[in-house]
Amino acid sequence: MDIYSLEGKKEIIKRYSPKTRILRNSVFAFIFGGLICLSAELLRYLYLWLNIEEKDALSLVGVTLIFIASLLTALGLFDRIARYSGAGTLVPITGFSNSVTSQALDARSEGLVMGLGAKIFTVSGPVILWGIASGVLYGIIYYIYLYIIR
Amino acid sequence: MKRIKILNTPPRFISYSAVGGREEKRGPLGDAFDLCDESDSFGQKTWEMAEGEMGRCALNLALSKCNMSHDNIELLVAGDLQNQCVATSVSLGSFGAPFLGIYGACSTCTEALLILSSMIESGAVSTGACVTTSHNSAAERQFRTPLEYGGQRSPSAQWTSTAAGSFILTGDPSLLSASKYGAVSISDFMIGRIVDGATSDATNMGAAMSFAAAQSIIEYFKESDMKTRDFDLIVTGDLGKVGSDILRAILDERLPSASSRHLDCGTLLYNPKRQDVHAGASGCGTSASVLSSYLLPRLEEGELRDVLFLSTGALMSPSSVLQGNTIKGIAPVIHLHSDA
Amino acid sequence: MPDYLNLFLVFLMGGFLSLIAQILIDLTRLTPARILVAYVCSGVFLYATGAYDTLYKIFGAGVATPLIGFGAAIGRGVREAIEKNGAIGILSGGLSATATGITAALIFALFFSLFTKGGAKRM
Repeated sequence: MDIYSLEGKKEIIKRYSPKTRILRNSVFAFIFGGLICLSAELLRYLYLWLNIEEKDALSLVGVTLIFIASLLTALGLFDRIARYSGAGTLVPITGFSNSVTSQALDARSEGLVMGLGAKIFTVSGPVILWGIASGVLYGIIYYIYLYIIR
Repeated sequence: MKRIKILNTPPRFISYSAVGGREEKRGPLGDAFDLCDESDSFGQKTWEMAEGEMGRCALNLALSKCNMSHDNIELLVAGDLQNQCVATSVSLGSFGAPFLGIYGACSTCTEALLILSSMIESGAVSTGACVTTSHNSAAERQFRTPLEYGGQRSPSAQWTSTAAGSFILTGDPSLLSASKYGAVSISDFMIGRIVDGATSDATNMGAAMSFAAAQSIIEYFKESDMKTRDFDLIVTGDLGKVGSDILRAILDERLPSASSRHLDCGTLLYNPKRQDVHAGASGCGTSASVLSSYLLPRLEEGELRDVLFLSTGALMSPSSVLQGNTIKGIAPVIHLHSDA
Repeated sequence: MPDYLNLFLVFLMGGFLSLIAQILIDLTRLTPARILVAYVCSGVFLYATGAYDTLYKIFGAGVATPLIGFGAAIGRGVREAIEKNGAIGILSGGLSATATGITAALIFALFFSLFTKGGAKRM
């Protein structure tokens, strides 16, 4: 074994690093991700049944999921579930909510302004920035198409 | 250049203590710890303060075990895992002892011991203390994600221990009578070199540090008059399962007699059957607490005679990793000898 | 009366999108944050190409709940705002459309953080 060159070391690390349990993780992610989306659809039925307009019902579904994820995070349960569910709780809107709330709880000890206030987007920031940036890019293209080309 | 420094008046351990948190209490060494707080908070409001308080408890316990007071400590060498070593400086200030704050990532324990040993050897001080701490919650917050963030840990990831170790060393023979300990000394040491860990994956630090450990062990036995058979154990700090596997494979090829004597503190602290540890423990409290709860008592009893002890450090920061730098490893060595 | 086929399709798509992310996390060294960013951006892209509306008709909450839905909401917001207000819509559309979700996440986080700091991590 070559322990003195970078390439040699890289190869050794690759050989001895354990593999993640892809099959188990994938099954859990599929089930949890599916169930969360399913409950979102059922919530939509519920709100429609309560005679809430379709557009508002959709917003309420999102808010409900965000609230549940935020509550579970505050109770210290979200990370215990996510240990098994992995991407199943990360990819739905629940993951976004967890990233905001967990960061808020963490930064609280450093104060309300420079702690909580400044750091609340630390984990969720990338999603918001790149989502908005892609939206603006799309907006520019769409504007050019709509008003200049047509 | 001679790298091994032989101490003519080997400083002796006259006291030591280990303090831990909840998971450490549940581990195989739980009962050997002097104090464990199952809430991990040590009565403090923040995890950062809890880490400091844990170190303060460890030092107080070590002092009381050998009937010494703060005034006997001529030098305090201490470090932790937080930015600017702040846990240590916040909590140990009240001791009023001359203080050297050091940072060697997870190698801090050995680094502190060898700095204090050479200060005692030079005659600059006769008695001093070392304190090393790490706190899981403080480290997660600083190095990884918020505590309640719902992520999965990689199987190679290690668990930063909530643990502290404190040691009191003296070169003054008259102090030995006051303590029930004193059989164990540091007879020589070798300062570590920075070795590239060849990965920037912070969830695989054991692997990154294993090369530093291997090189230190190989270089030590190349220069030393002692042979591997003269040692009962060769103990690494926190390589965990992955790093230990790599180290043993390297030693099997280059120094087989060392491989069979190898033990890793990171694999001793938790019980992988009952605790979801992944690759083992890490953090500078790991080697410090295992040294004082597991190795020193056995050396004191004479069950072990000579132990080569290397805490292993992964030198990196969250920024350095994000900027694509590889993690650097370091493994300083001390030789523990027992007269018991 | 719920439409069972519809519910099954929702489950299937939600599970599938999570599965893809999980495989990307496990197989490549991509961090979860990068994958989520990729999901949001592809949501905008899918909306822009019109594919999202087709998917939404079939899979409903199955595509809307994952972050792809968040991206698509940004895309729709931008498009509708441009059609209504012209160029200024490029800037106002994205955040207006997602304001409910972002505000809810922030306010719940603020509210809970006043009562708890969370616990230590457990194995």
